[in-house]
Amino acid sequence: MKREIITNLFVVKFANVNGTGSASANRLFSKAVFRMGVPVSPKNIFPSNIQGLPTWYEVRINENGFLGRRGGIDVVVGMNPQSMERDIGELERGGYFVYDSSKPLDKKMLRDDIDYIGIPFTEICRTEYTDPRQQQLFRNVMYIGSLAALLNIEFDVLTGLITDQFKGKEKLIAPNVHALELGFKYAQEHFDCPIAFRVERRDNVGNKILIDGNSACGLGAVYGGATVSAWYPITPSTSVIDAFARYCRRFRVDPETGEKNFAIVQAEDELAAIGMVIGAAWNGARAFTATSGPGVSLMTEFLGLAYFAEVPTVLIDVQRAGPSTGMPTRTQQSDVLTCAYASHGDTRHICLYPSNPKECFEFTATALDLADRLQTPVIILSDLDLGMNDNMCDPLEWDDTRTYDRGKVFTAEDLDAMEKRFGRYLDVDGDGIPYRTYPGTHPTKGSFFTRGTSKDEYAVYTEAGEKYVANMDRLLRKWDTAKKLVPAPVIRKTKQPCTIGVVYFGTSEAPTLEALYHLEDLHGISLDSLGIKALPFADEIADFIEAHDYVFVVEQNRDAQMRSLLISEFDICPDQLVSLLHYDGSPITARQIRREIRDWILRTTTTPRRRGRK
Amino acid sequence: MSYAIPGFRHPNLPKNDLGFTTKDYEGAVSTLCAGCGHDSISAAIIEACFELSIPPHHVAKLSGIGCSSKTPTYFLGNSHGFNSVHGRMPAVATGANMANRDLIYIGVSGDGDTASIGMGQFVHSVRRNVDMVYICENNGVYGLTKGQDSATTDIGSKSKKGEPNAMEPIDLCSVALQLGATFVAQSFSGDKHQLVPLIQAAIAHRGFAFINVISPCVTFNNTPGSTKSYDFIRQHMASSNTVDFVPHAEEITTEYAPGTSTSVTMHDGSAINLQKMDPNLDIHSRRSALALMQEYKAQDKVLTGLLFVDEDSQDIHTTMNTTKTPLRALSEKELCPGSAALEKINQSLR
Repeated sequence: MKREIITNLFVVKFANVNGTGSASANRLFSKAVFRMGVPVSPKNIFPSNIQGLPTWYEVRINENGFLGRRGGIDVVVGMNPQSMERDIGELERGGYFVYDSSKPLDKKMLRDDIDYIGIPFTEICRTEYTDPRQQQLFRNVMYIGSLAALLNIEFDVLTGLITDQFKGKEKLIAPNVHALELGFKYAQEHFDCPIAFRVERRDNVGNKILIDGNSACGLGAVYGGATVSAWYPITPSTSVIDAFARYCRRFRVDPETGEKNFAIVQAEDELAAIGMVIGAAWNGARAFTATSGPGVSLMTEFLGLAYFAEVPTVLIDVQRAGPSTGMPTRTQQSDVLTCAYASHGDTRHICLYPSNPKECFEFTATALDLADRLQTPVIILSDLDLGMNDNMCDPLEWDDTRTYDRGKVFTAEDLDAMEKRFGRYLDVDGDGIPYRTYPGTHPTKGSFFTRGTSKDEYAVYTEAGEKYVANMDRLLRKWDTAKKLVPAPVIRKTKQPCTIGVVYFGTSEAPTLEALYHLEDLHGISLDSLGIKALPFADEIADFIEAHDYVFVVEQNRDAQMRSLLISEFDICPDQLVSLLHYDGSPITARQIRREIRDWILRTTTTPRRRGRK
Repeated sequence: MSYAIPGFRHPNLPKNDLGFTTKDYEGAVSTLCAGCGHDSISAAIIEACFELSIPPHHVAKLSGIGCSSKTPTYFLGNSHGFNSVHGRMPAVATGANMANRDLIYIGVSGDGDTASIGMGQFVHSVRRNVDMVYICENNGVYGLTKGQDSATTDIGSKSKKGEPNAMEPIDLCSVALQLGATFVAQSFSGDKHQLVPLIQAAIAHRGFAFINVISPCVTFNNTPGSTKSYDFIRQHMASSNTVDFVPHAEEITTEYAPGTSTSVTMHDGSAINLQKMDPNLDIHSRRSALALMQEYKAQDKVLTGLLFVDEDSQDIHTTMNTTKTPLRALSEKELCPGSAALEKINQSLR
């Protein structure tokens, strides 16, 4: 079969059994491609289980820098007999199936439109190593070695990575390199290497970094000055706190005394976690928690208190597939509405929607400023895809002249100089944001009682209707003020005016932008786009929708939650917003977005601006 | 039913070491029922803080929801207060304590707030040994919702409109002892002489100090068949000891008959002098406290006084080794690693 050589534009999927140590070997593969200057986008697809069930690692290699999921697989490394049939079925025509040939392949697994590469990994390991654990671990490293030969990955890059990885444990370097060599040599001796899919060195990565969103959030909390973190373990948010703890141990421990400039409390549940954050923030510390959907459900009562009593609160929601326990290890953007209006009564919360790790870092630090400035909860809606996968992004940046915005806080001196009575909920500046004092500020001035019950401007309990309404209306003024402070939407316009737009947020960004590129490139369809970065929605979002006849809203949930939010916040005619949804627990693909938009445009009477095919 | 307190105070009200009078420690007028046990507890907190010359703003008072949780409005008006959500005071207090270890935290809760909706939070704040005073104003009834039995209502006890309670009550002091609480006391809202020094000792204690105060509900649970009525408690109260709290600066003058007194020195140098009423109680032994409480219960009696104390208690900040500076006082300088460190991190991610 004569084949086209495809360089730096393909998808490799590793099929493993979880708990066998495959994760670090697979990571080695991604990082090697990345170090060869070729953009990569790896995604873990794993079960809610500790050991024994199928797990996958899908790596998209794309020299053009498209980082969303493409859809379709070109090369499968099938190390798990349980999932083999399905894994083979997923391969595109002309793909390769690399497998452990220690056992012969069942005939029903054979397809005539793909190639099979059988390497007896287990057998080689059995002769090479006596310890069963080593047999398992080095089998993983060995298939990476084979892939290096098959895909033309520079071997030196792999040895360099091994050397970096085992800094401080140098005696592990040689055996790992040996395992790589075993795999490499076998492939080279038995197959025509390289195969049709190849990696070739490029300079398309620049100074970019490879980091998962949860680590970036944890680091953002360190840079943003969070000192108190309270949390309850839940997938996929746990690694946010792990990262915060790791970076705190590195940067926030006094080398002489061992004293810590931070406090992390593992709470008994999410109710307590958010309560602790509210208590700490009320008392003047920057505090945050991280959770996922079920945790948000439990936190809603406290979120209402923080909204109504006006206590700064930062919550990172790493979304997973719901409802209820749902699919705990699968991704979704399905907490949009629950976060926007969490809690009973008229509540609304500031929400930030990061699309990549750099935004995770920046939005977390910004959320701590916004919460202090606006004295209200700020929820960062990440998701499992962004939080738990390495994402290629621009390097993280910090301006050393930046100071923390602690918002409107009266000091003892301010209180002494004050002639009028201090009113905790007085709108002194007309922006809806009152002044607060920290407990312990002054012996006789500035104390107040924080409560979830209705109160007047001086924090005194009241059930007087007009006082209640005045307070609720002030909270709306504050919401308007927030519009100007939250991250602005990102608008991309085509050169010519166009009648159709696309709105996306969070992890739908990369696949949407890729789909738009291909729509223009393949079908001559050019569309404007807008990335929503925050609620309250900026006026530009309404203007954008207004300026187009139809606007697609791309999101990863069943009920078109962002679309509903846009309709309710802006009073938009629902007919104008076209849903483009994906909610099977996997990240949305560029291919799906491109096809759905193309088909819709072909179906409808609207004539979009078209250009001839290139 | 409440009456406005006149603004006038006697010009020669005694002053404490800071020059404050009790007026400086009072709060708003109580809106609880006249004769409510909770108001007596508020008065005891005011007296305890006044006598100890605590600057009012050095206290933060926190509560959940319920009649008891309304009371922080009625004492220490110059202190910040936080009336949080039902059963969640311990979490808010824990977070507040994390932010600033220098303040005194007084948490007020009730039996519904602690033993039902907030049981999880209560037990975990005990385990963490957060440096705070936790007062449960225990009246065995849900007052604000008009008279339902609570989880501390004794078997057979009758509230105003209820059937005799059929379920086993939760004994909060026993629970606290079993969970490793480092300070456990029980008292009665009508016994100010015992309650004030207990509160003072609880404030001096470094760690979680729990005081269960039986506090009759005059409206819903002061009936002849109730085991939490004024009459019942007065008749069935047994003191394990009488308590005398001596602040660090003062000379110890109290004298007891030899062999019947114990003095416990707290971490700040203050002392609790105890006159033993029951020689079987060893206040350093959880086992002794638990056994004795059971014994008295069998005799239909409520044991009050200081039941257990571990004066070597290490609070959560000590075990976590947090900096001595309140975390909330740290600035960019201590907290932000800066751009050079970030560039190193970037480098490690390539």
